[in-house]
Amino acid sequence: MSTRTRPNYPLSGLAIVLFGVVFLVPFGFILLTAGKTAQESALLDFSWPTEWAFVANLQAVVEARDYLLIIAFINSTILTVASVTVVVILAAMAGFVLQRRKSRVTKVANLVILSGLVLPPAVVPTIWVLQKIGLFKTMPGLILVEIAYAMAFCVLLFQAFIAGIPKEMDEAATIDGAGPVSLFFRVVFPLLRPIIVTVVVVQTVFIWNDFTSPLYFLPGDENATVQLTLFNFQGQYASSYNLLFMDILLVTVPPLIMFMIFQRQIVSGMVAGSVKG
Amino acid sequence: MTTVTDAVTEAPATTVPEPARRKSPYPYWFILPGGVIFAVFFLVPSVMAFWFSLTRWTLFDQEFIGLDNYVQFFREPALASGLWHTLIYAVTTSGLKVVLGMALAVLLTGPILGRGFMRSVAFFPVLVSTIGVGLTFQILMHPTRGVINQALDLVGITGPAWLVDPDWALLSVAFVDVWQGVGLATVIYMAGILSIPGEYFEAAKMDGAGAWHRFRNITLPLAKPATVSVILLSLIGGLRKFDLIWAMTKGGPGFTSDVMASVIYKQYQAGFYGLSTAGNVVLFLLVILIALPLFWFFNRKEDA
Repeated sequence: MSTRTRPNYPLSGLAIVLFGVVFLVPFGFILLTAGKTAQESALLDFSWPTEWAFVANLQAVVEARDYLLIIAFINSTILTVASVTVVVILAAMAGFVLQRRKSRVTKVANLVILSGLVLPPAVVPTIWVLQKIGLFKTMPGLILVEIAYAMAFCVLLFQAFIAGIPKEMDEAATIDGAGPVSLFFRVVFPLLRPIIVTVVVVQTVFIWNDFTSPLYFLPGDENATVQLTLFNFQGQYASSYNLLFMDILLVTVPPLIMFMIFQRQIVSGMVAGSVKG
Repeated sequence: MTTVTDAVTEAPATTVPEPARRKSPYPYWFILPGGVIFAVFFLVPSVMAFWFSLTRWTLFDQEFIGLDNYVQFFREPALASGLWHTLIYAVTTSGLKVVLGMALAVLLTGPILGRGFMRSVAFFPVLVSTIGVGLTFQILMHPTRGVINQALDLVGITGPAWLVDPDWALLSVAFVDVWQGVGLATVIYMAGILSIPGEYFEAAKMDGAGAWHRFRNITLPLAKPATVSVILLSLIGGLRKFDLIWAMTKGGPGFTSDVMASVIYKQYQAGFYGLSTAGNVVLFLLVILIALPLFWFFNRKEDA
């Protein structure tokens, strides 16, 4: 639809009020409560703090339980960066071959990928596998699981994108003497830039926000990720709502920054992925 | 220049083309590293689940007990009700996401001021930590002091006790799920609506079709691929949902908001690994039973 028509003012007003109430109030509530003193935050109301305790709350949350939040941020960062880096490279390689080569092998592989997209993972047997190879309750174990869970979705995105790259390019590179490895990494991979950005951003947000996998595969405080710490925080500081909301705010900051920088890619990536699924 | 001539002179022309043509530039081993990780940490556990669900299992020891886990699962109301709750939850959330996602998308593709900003605002909760959203709404939904019920009081409505009322708990979590996820449905619908040629709407307008008729006869049918995506995505997501429910109610009060994923986790926590895995297999079959006919149905309809 084109935008030729002039704006519909009553409808615009209604929409803005609706969006304000439904979507902005909860975020405003988080922000305001994170800035209140403990007593004021206990009222749970949506009001302006009489006295800002933002910095004090920030300090208290960071220092809580021997700087557990800092450790959790480091753990989550390692988890996210490592999983996303590996999954991007491996999924791009697989997507390239699966898109270019049509055979019985790739047909079966595509069915398997579909199953990875649809089926819920069997969690306790995964723990058994991790234990058998000695990776249960370790960061590398969790990283491998995250890679496995992200693989199907990422391969599909890469496949769809690579379909738009002319095959003649591969042929030209091959004639110039490029082997498969240099063909892929020196010719094709650089062309994947737009989709790589999409995959990186979307997966970073997913893995950063993942709660279930760390809960099952990496329990324990010394390995806590930000989502686990956030979840446990509630039990530890039951009535300190100001600190709880400061924690929520801090954990939300990295995806928020990602969102502001890569807004367009995030949306197109989500759509591309969902239309396929 | 020099490298090219070097390569040509170094390799005798008669031997080079043969093996080069034989070997595909797309070797299967490219699939291998990703495939191995996927197989070891996804496929193997999925297949093994069928075996472990038939055992009394401690991760170290297993004793074959046949279908006892399944019998227990369907006999105990606290466990079996999880199956119903999962279905109710998935159908409610995906139904609301279809309706509200479509409505928001129509609104946000229409002649509206500030729609770029509103598009961002609606999408942002998709990216925020589900645990954070769950904890926030747990407090917003406080029966007496929560912001939601206080606002309802102002307009003279007595809100339900949301998460504390056994009749409402599951639905309350479902509403929050919709709040968080409707942005994705909206974006998918916006993509669908924006790909409809504008001439269709103009032609219909010339013929005197009102806004409702244009929506009913143009937007709705032509946005069908988007509807298919939204339904499949939210159904499959809803059937597996765990983190939001766990953060908000832990399946309570009682077992009234327990879904399959939370039952699986509780049985795992309690050390009943075989029973937990049987729950996983049930969920697995449920997803297949729902997804396969849907895939088939939508694909067939699209061909016709």
